[in-house]
Amino acid sequence: MKIHKASLFALYAVLELASDPERQLSATDIADKYGISTHHLAKVLRTLVRSRLVQAVRGAGGGYRFTGVVNRTTLLDVIELFEMLESDLDAPGPRTQAGEAVIDELQSITREIDDLTKAVLDTITLETALNSARHRAKIAAQG
Amino acid sequence: MSDQVTIRNTVTSDFDAVIELDLVGDPAEKPDYWRGVFDRYVTAGRDDRIFLVAEKSGEVIGFIVGEVRAWEFGSEPCGWVFALSVLPKSREMGVGQLMLTEMCRHLKKAGVTTVRTMVDRENKLTLSFFRSQGLRTGRYVELEKPLDDL
Repeated sequence: MKIHKASLFALYAVLELASDPERQLSATDIADKYGISTHHLAKVLRTLVRSRLVQAVRGAGGGYRFTGVVNRTTLLDVIELFEMLESDLDAPGPRTQAGEAVIDELQSITREIDDLTKAVLDTITLETALNSARHRAKIAAQG
Repeated sequence: MSDQVTIRNTVTSDFDAVIELDLVGDPAEKPDYWRGVFDRYVTAGRDDRIFLVAEKSGEVIGFIVGEVRAWEFGSEPCGWVFALSVLPKSREMGVGQLMLTEMCRHLKKAGVTTVRTMVDRENKLTLSFFRSQGLRTGRYVELEKPLDDL
């Protein structure tokens, strides 16, 4: 599975902000941490603000802060703001009747994969992902 | 009576409370089903079959059932959790987590190193709960097909 850059940047931003909802961070703060383009991230943050997962705080010391519900928002909720996770079989047309059954079967298989992918992403909340990341960091720190 | 949640082994007098907590399945079939489960997991008194309840102020507010299953589909002995329920008004208070943690302790003591479960893909609440407790997609994939074309 390959998710779009915008979805990935959105996950970085949302997880970073949700890890401490009291904290405000600028797009540059987040972009620097993950080594990504501030310009691209700023665009992504605008979408997150429109979706009300994130609030833009104006003025000196302003930035972005998380306003969603950390134990209710799933990774899929964030990703689907940017893309529908549906595999594109990219079968060139026009179809012939002889090839129809094979193309239908391949489409059915890609749908099965898409359903499994969504079932995973739709049951991992931001809180669960953050807890797992903290656990990973702790283990890494212990060497 | 303490307001704290305690996790303890199920006893036969918990029968009615467990049926009340079971929100899945046909109500008419529940007594027979749970009688069988109580026979195998409560009365039998085996260390590899574990049936726990959560209790608060004398009220049973949750249950969890699990066991050690060995060599199914070539799998090493492994802990399985096959039933879990928490009273709706007592959810989001860590009751499920307490029960699962205690279940895992029992399973570890019974000699296994992995715990498994199976959840309907549409059951987001339960799936999210197990994921929050660190369970991930395992190495075995469940496959099925309808038998109506035979």
